[in-house]
Amino acid sequence: MAIVTVGGAIVSLEARELVYGAIGLAGSLFGVATLYFLLNAPYVAVFQIAVYIGAVAVLILFTVMLVRQEGWAKEVRPKSTTTVAGVIAAVAVILALTFAILASDLSKYSVIANTATYVDIGKLISTGYAPVLEVLALVLAASIVGALALSRVDREGSAG
Amino acid sequence: MNSLSDFVVVSALLFGIGVYGLVTKRNAMRLLFAVELMINAANLNFVAFNQYLPYQEASNALGQTVVLFSIALAAAEAAVILAIVIVAYRLRNDIDVSEMKTLEG
Repeated sequence: MAIVTVGGAIVSLEARELVYGAIGLAGSLFGVATLYFLLNAPYVAVFQIAVYIGAVAVLILFTVMLVRQEGWAKEVRPKSTTTVAGVIAAVAVILALTFAILASDLSKYSVIANTATYVDIGKLISTGYAPVLEVLALVLAASIVGALALSRVDREGSAG
Repeated sequence: MNSLSDFVVVSALLFGIGVYGLVTKRNAMRLLFAVELMINAANLNFVAFNQYLPYQEASNALGQTVVLFSIALAAAEAAVILAIVIVAYRLRNDIDVSEMKTLEG
């Protein structure tokens, strides 16, 4: 599953066509969802599949497919210095994090059965974190209204 | 795949790939992909470390709850970014971020 996750991530950035990139992103998100299952977090895994793959990936896929025109898919090949800089930055980040992880004693911990259930999550959300939930609902509503207002086509005048 | 370090290493890989995408890509959609990958790397860490919280009735599922909020926020963010990209495309016929200089100081 780690291979699916990391491979999908690479495909999403390196695929020639943007559509294949979107599909690669969906694959990567699905891989992360299976990792959540392995971590005894089925609720988060299902939420990830429903929201990320069901909504975000499909939204991106439809946007890419519906607005498939020249300027959309046009990708300037980055300068080779940029690519080298990107690879160096990525490798540096990965190596630093990996060495830090391997040097710590994180590998001694194996996944134990944390008994966090739906009930625990529900209790947390509906008691201590209820204000967060309400603000989140406001943020979601505001973002949807904002997205609609931004992408509204004014029939007579100009866009937006 | 059963020690904590495995999951954290996968998360580090995802984050590194996201960094690579942010540095090299100039297409706004690719940048969105890279940001989503980095958000997922962070979420994976939250859920992985949540397994090792000392068991308490009150905070047993704290990491998972945080990730639920984070996923909802990421969905809102993706919707807004897509709207901005569509508007930018409509105005400029192009979604190359290195050419968007209207707001540059």
